[in-house]
Amino acid sequence: MRKFYRTLRMAVNALRRNIMRSALTTLGIVIGVSAVIAMMEIGQGSSSAVQQTIANMGANMLLVQPGTASSGGVTFGSGSVLTLTPDDGDAILRECPSVISVAPVVRARTQVVYGNRNWVPLYIYGTTPSFLEVRDWQDLQEGESFTDREVRNGSKVCLIGQTLVRELFQGESPLGKELRVQSVTFKVIGVLTSKGANMMGLDQDDILLAPWTTIKYRVSGTSATTANQSAATSSNVAGVNTSINSLDQLYPNLDNSQLYDQPSAIQQADTPQPIRFANVDQILARAESTEAIPQAIRQITGLLHERHHIRPGQADDFNIRDMTEMTKALASTSYLMAGLLLCVALISLVVGGVGIMNIMLVSVTERTKEIGLRMAVGARARDILRQFLVEAVVLCLLAGGGGG
Amino acid sequence: MDLIKLEDIHKTYHLGEIDVPVLKGITMSVERGELVALMGVSGSGKTTLMNLLGCLDRPTSGQYWLDGEEVSRLSGDGRAVVRNKKIGFVFQNFNLLPRTSALEQVMMPLSYTAEELPETEWRKRAKALLERVGLGERLDHEPSQLSGGQQQRVAIARALVNNPPLVLADEPTGALDTRTSEEILRLFQQLNAEEGITIVIVTHDPGVAGHTKRTIRIRDGLIENALQKSA
Repeated sequence: MRKFYRTLRMAVNALRRNIMRSALTTLGIVIGVSAVIAMMEIGQGSSSAVQQTIANMGANMLLVQPGTASSGGVTFGSGSVLTLTPDDGDAILRECPSVISVAPVVRARTQVVYGNRNWVPLYIYGTTPSFLEVRDWQDLQEGESFTDREVRNGSKVCLIGQTLVRELFQGESPLGKELRVQSVTFKVIGVLTSKGANMMGLDQDDILLAPWTTIKYRVSGTSATTANQSAATSSNVAGVNTSINSLDQLYPNLDNSQLYDQPSAIQQADTPQPIRFANVDQILARAESTEAIPQAIRQITGLLHERHHIRPGQADDFNIRDMTEMTKALASTSYLMAGLLLCVALISLVVGGVGIMNIMLVSVTERTKEIGLRMAVGARARDILRQFLVEAVVLCLLAGGGGG
Repeated sequence: MDLIKLEDIHKTYHLGEIDVPVLKGITMSVERGELVALMGVSGSGKTTLMNLLGCLDRPTSGQYWLDGEEVSRLSGDGRAVVRNKKIGFVFQNFNLLPRTSALEQVMMPLSYTAEELPETEWRKRAKALLERVGLGERLDHEPSQLSGGQQQRVAIARALVNNPPLVLADEPTGALDTRTSEEILRLFQQLNAEEGITIVIVTHDPGVAGHTKRTIRIRDGLIENALQKSA
């Protein structure tokens, strides 16, 4: 032990004799070590940035859609069966503990007009105020969200995203202005903050949010076929269209209006309101955490089996999607990048080591006389070897410490 | 009792295809307590002989007895131990470690074999030796702060630190002026007389040889005659 300490002292003295050279030698490793550390930090940082982005796009979000599950396409089967109701959404929120918020969604695709500008948004969602909570979009840029009361009333209010602000209002504040969706006038009461593109490259800001009751019952065009308001559309208004199976053609001898007896005022008042069968296109649910997602899926599945009276062995009339495949893909990309950066940093560290090796070689060659003297005085070959090795190691350790 | 005994020593250097015989059959001996000069011109083989005497090299054939031990067949490690314990070297160009204090120069050989001693012991011994050679006030001076004569004294102190029975000096005054040379040679004589250390000085200068008690001449790889010279 004492011998080691002495060798150490001798090595340090030797290094100290030529302090400039020692310092420059260590430079290679200092840079290498700090590069490795920096790369690791960057790798960490990027993966937590990825996590952030994923959370931003709703990593804990689950998508419940009607129609049997199929691989691939989002709209496959959805809409072919109308089985999800807004009550399903409420039940999910009430009875699934792993789910912290729920928003039913009705989709529309139609033209939105303001003044002399028009635009067909990628997303027209009819939903409830909790949609903003599910999508983590609660900070509005301007204005405020619509409320549950407005949903109940089917009020014609809406929130729009930044792309619509740009396209329709050209940057001026849209608050309080009115725009037309499928000839229905909506008042803009809020503006969403920007979210950018989602993982598939679709613009998340190209969106209009309104109460689902309004979209479903006042705005027709829930089919994707007609987006052009000026073309003849809606079969809800009798007598206007001339498409197939119009009542006109069925009874060519009659006026449309005279097909049935008109009920009198009293009869009309006594006729009960028809109960509308309300279905929604999707239900978005947010799980309380990423770890709780499988549990939440199980709970929702169980609940919907019960509510929709699905017996074991029967195919589900809904499917639940979560974001894990996409998050896995994103995460693996970021790991790959971090790994590559680390490799480069390790290479630079190796180069630093080679630098030290070179300098030790030069040092030995230069100190031949000193070596000769030491051997003459009684050093054995392995004493000399140990001395130079210790010098090299001390250099490396100092350099590593400096770099770290 | 012979400290050094050489019997029919041959040394041939193999340079590629050419063999260069340098020592062609040396037989000589040196007794304990002698102060001997080894004289010869350049090319006579005196440096080679000095290397062999100092166990820095091995003879091609022949035997070398040092202090009762046959050392010509020892391994590298074995020879290193002999060099450390039995021989002290003094060189023409001092060969001190750069940027190291005089005290540490003298302590340096101790780090190779006297490990069991604590460092304070080392310092004491080194200090005593430096005082012996007259450098008591310059213990912390580095070689750049010492004159040629003083550096040589440090080298001599270093040679003595392990109490070797033999000191080999290779042209010790070659780099010094006449007055300093005189001082150094006088120091050698002192050490020889007072402490009985056997000293072999290799030189080409008859003036230096005049300070010794015996001169051995070597020429063309052979001993010419061993002249007994009165001191």
